[in-house]
Amino acid sequence: MPNSLLHELVTLTTQHFFLVGVSMLLAAIVAIPLGIILSWRSGWRDMALGVVNVVQTIPSLALFGFLIPVPILGGIGTHTAIIALVLYALLPMLRNTVTGILSIDVTVRDSATALGMTTGERMWLVELPLAAPTILAGVRIATVTTIGTATIAAAIGAGGLGVFIFRGLAAVDSMLLLAGAIPAALMALAADRGLEWMERALSRH
Amino acid sequence: MTGPLSRVSGSQISLNHATMALVSFRDVSLGFGQRSILRHFSLDVEVGETLVLLGRSGSGKTTALKTVNAMLLPTSGKVLVEDRPTTAWDPIQLRRRIGYVIHDSGLFPHYTVAQNVALVPQLEKWPAADIEARVTSLLQKIGMPIEEFGPRYPGELSYGQRQRVGVARALAADPPLLLFDEPFGNVDPVIRLELQRQFIELRRELRKTSIFVTHDVREALFLGTRIAVLLDGSIEFVGPPREFLQASTPEAYAFLSCLRPLEV
Repeated sequence: MPNSLLHELVTLTTQHFFLVGVSMLLAAIVAIPLGIILSWRSGWRDMALGVVNVVQTIPSLALFGFLIPVPILGGIGTHTAIIALVLYALLPMLRNTVTGILSIDVTVRDSATALGMTTGERMWLVELPLAAPTILAGVRIATVTTIGTATIAAAIGAGGLGVFIFRGLAAVDSMLLLAGAIPAALMALAADRGLEWMERALSRH
Repeated sequence: MTGPLSRVSGSQISLNHATMALVSFRDVSLGFGQRSILRHFSLDVEVGETLVLLGRSGSGKTTALKTVNAMLLPTSGKVLVEDRPTTAWDPIQLRRRIGYVIHDSGLFPHYTVAQNVALVPQLEKWPAADIEARVTSLLQKIGMPIEEFGPRYPGELSYGQRQRVGVARALAADPPLLLFDEPFGNVDPVIRLELQRQFIELRRELRKTSIFVTHDVREALFLGTRIAVLLDGSIEFVGPPREFLQASTPEAYAFLSCLRPLEV
């Protein structure tokens, strides 16, 4: 592998990591609090989950395309890609947050209230810790799929390992294609293992 | 009382001493939509007594219990705790003065036994040393010494042990009133008797007022200083066990029939 290619590999891997990391952080900031609110409000729950479900069904290349002409949010480049990736990550995170909180044993929740916990205390001391493994499982699913989806972000100039893949496709160069695909796959595997380990650490009781 | 058990944040009861009623249900009705669960339910619970609410499933006994700590509010009528309607209490303050023991214990699975028992004193911001002393003495009292059981998680205990920890947790902040919602239900008869004996022992020692919900007539006779029989959300009979044994109202009679051997 020529030195310049290796150098590019490092740059693109860093870009890819950044794309996924920022998207996951933003998605978690939106989805987890929203999931908590939805767990209290059964009326909004189906509607909100329906909306993110529909977003999930839009093919990723098309979603990137739709976002290009959108003013402020859209255009060419990294921020557009991040918006699309956040939208995709919302569903698994939101659904798992809601499921995690709703599946807490009713007697546990009732006794938290009966002991005189405020809504905030109940959320921080009981609901979130007990739902944490399920919430983290949602983050894990979202992260692993996003690492794959993020390769398509290269199509709208967001960089990342997709650059190698698209170039490899265009040049019919399987070596280049693999130079993009293999690091992405390894990253996904590492994220999967790491988050699985955290999940298990959180559910140890 | 001396030592850690006399550290009292909640025990001072302010009451109209003419009535001595710690809890007073005044013509309480409660319904969900079309369904009415409690109908003109009136009852006084006096300081120091163990009032058993005896009824079949669906008779409204758990609902009545939940109106005491404002988990449910009456549709009409009122429930007075220490002469104050539950609607006038801050629900959080009210609940921290009332211990609650639920069937299946409701212990927090992610907290150890010691953390579960320490919870309400912690919410009430007791000094750490007082909490530790209180937890140690309570676990001793229920026969589960802190050295052995304190660091265990509820999942590592038997059902009977979990129920005992549930009782200790309810007693932790020394509340004047305790509510029991079929706490000894899903347990084999031998363990149940052991739990009931311990309940009587603790009562002798701590002199709390309790409202105890059950569908088990033997349990009602064994634990109750007074028994109220519920039928369709109202009280059909109320009186001490001695009178209950002579009762002739239909529902009380139906429960008493459970005590007689089957005629074959």
